[in-house]
Amino acid sequence: MLENDFMINAFAASGIAAILAGIVGYFLVMRGQTFAGHALSHIGFAGATGSGLIGLDPFWGMLGFTLFAGAGMGMLGERISTRDVAIGVVLSLALGFGLLFLHYHKSFASQATALLFGNVLAVERSTIANLTGIGVATLIALGAIARPLVFASLQPELAEAKGVPLRLVSTAFLAIVATAVSECAQIVGVLLVFTLMVGPPATAQQLTTRLWSGLGLSAGLALAEAWFGITLAYYSDWPVSFCISILCALAYFLSLALPKGSSRFLPTRAIR
Amino acid sequence: MSVIDLDHASICVHGRTVLSDITISIGQGEFIGVLGPNGSGKTTLMRTLLGLLEPSRGTVRVFGRPPTRGDAQIGYVPQVRSVLPELRMRGLDVIASCLNGERWGLPIFARADRSMIEDALTPLGARELADRPLCEMSGGERQRLLLAQALIGSPRLLLLDEPLISLDSRQQEIVIRRIREFGRERGVTILFSAHELNQLLGVLDRVLYLGCGHAALGTVDEVVTGPVLSRLYGGDIQVIHSDGHIFVLSKGRNVERVDHLPDDLQQQRVERPNNA
Repeated sequence: MLENDFMINAFAASGIAAILAGIVGYFLVMRGQTFAGHALSHIGFAGATGSGLIGLDPFWGMLGFTLFAGAGMGMLGERISTRDVAIGVVLSLALGFGLLFLHYHKSFASQATALLFGNVLAVERSTIANLTGIGVATLIALGAIARPLVFASLQPELAEAKGVPLRLVSTAFLAIVATAVSECAQIVGVLLVFTLMVGPPATAQQLTTRLWSGLGLSAGLALAEAWFGITLAYYSDWPVSFCISILCALAYFLSLALPKGSSRFLPTRAIR
Repeated sequence: MSVIDLDHASICVHGRTVLSDITISIGQGEFIGVLGPNGSGKTTLMRTLLGLLEPSRGTVRVFGRPPTRGDAQIGYVPQVRSVLPELRMRGLDVIASCLNGERWGLPIFARADRSMIEDALTPLGARELADRPLCEMSGGERQRLLLAQALIGSPRLLLLDEPLISLDSRQQEIVIRRIREFGRERGVTILFSAHELNQLLGVLDRVLYLGCGHAALGTVDEVVTGPVLSRLYGGDIQVIHSDGHIFVLSKGRNVERVDHLPDDLQQQRVERPNNA
């Protein structure tokens, strides 16, 4: 399996995207903003097809569009970013535009499936470099705002009183989500971004109630599910995204079925 | 020295004057019960003292200075606690998030923080909440967790907005006693808003009654009288003393108990920060 360059590339790209998705997704789930994350991926679809139309790399189009939309949502405030109806309208509009762009760029249509459902086996080496650079930058940005982000997510009223700039933190976070969504879409596609961004964090929250254990577990689960998914796809000849999504769903439903304990599944650690 | 000074202060929220021309002065170590009908400005007053709202007229001073957001000397329990109820995170991490939560960087906390948090939880009978996930706590347990949190870090002024909501009467007693002790031991000034005066009768030094944009500050005997409250409620109010309890009646109905919830929810919606 590993003698094939495309497999090595697939493992590398999916590993980077999965770790990023697991960590960013943990905060997304904590803040109850998963639907906003979903909308960002659809907006990214319009960005990718739109940039394909004018001859740009779809990845940069997707990243640019999602960043712009994420920052916009953040600046409009909670009114938009947690309103299901407004988000629902925006995401279907974005998908509609994506379709329009595809319509005018017929030769690009073969890419539609890859965009929607991912095509990790076709990832090139240059893409991996981009994914790594952007992933590291995103994690550094997240690390910089993590403390006020947790505070603002858990107790917004108190955080505001204590001087946390809520809007800035929320805007920065949605921009971070946008980059994670764009990376993740390269692996599992626009429609299955949730598989890596929501599945593993939701599973981790079922298994531990500790912040840091939860973050670590979420990243680890995302990585394991992505890699096992690719392996499974290699030997079964099923689509990679299907394999990853079924592993994520299995892990989540298993975690729901397990008896709950506050710290039963992980060794006791200090508060961090 | 006074801790809180309002001098002819008026405060508007969304274009509506909630408090108008208020002049009060509250000294160090005072336990002030903040009462008044819904929408009378209890939350607005606290948000002003926190520097979240600015007076449209007059001056507001806290510790002799205009209030600024993020004053570490102020402990605060907001009335609206939009803590996600289905969140599977243990109480300890929730409280730890507020320790220097406004600083940038990673949310890393020391072992000493854990014992500090547990020390704050213990007197409220909430020690075991540190390891319980939020989603498994009752409303009262969540409340005690957040109250304990407000006492961390040696605040000199406590702003407690309806801290008795969703507590049963035994828990209310524990909370009131604990807050009173905390204030006495350290000379902390406390503003404690509540629906009912009677629970606080034994502990409060003075009462701040708000209504119709006005405020009356004084001892219970000075403020909780028919004439003063009639002015604040904008209607005919009778005050009846009975067996150590005080009942505030309007046309025979107990105004403290009537119509509280719907209005409260309305006010919560207005005053919620619009970007979390």
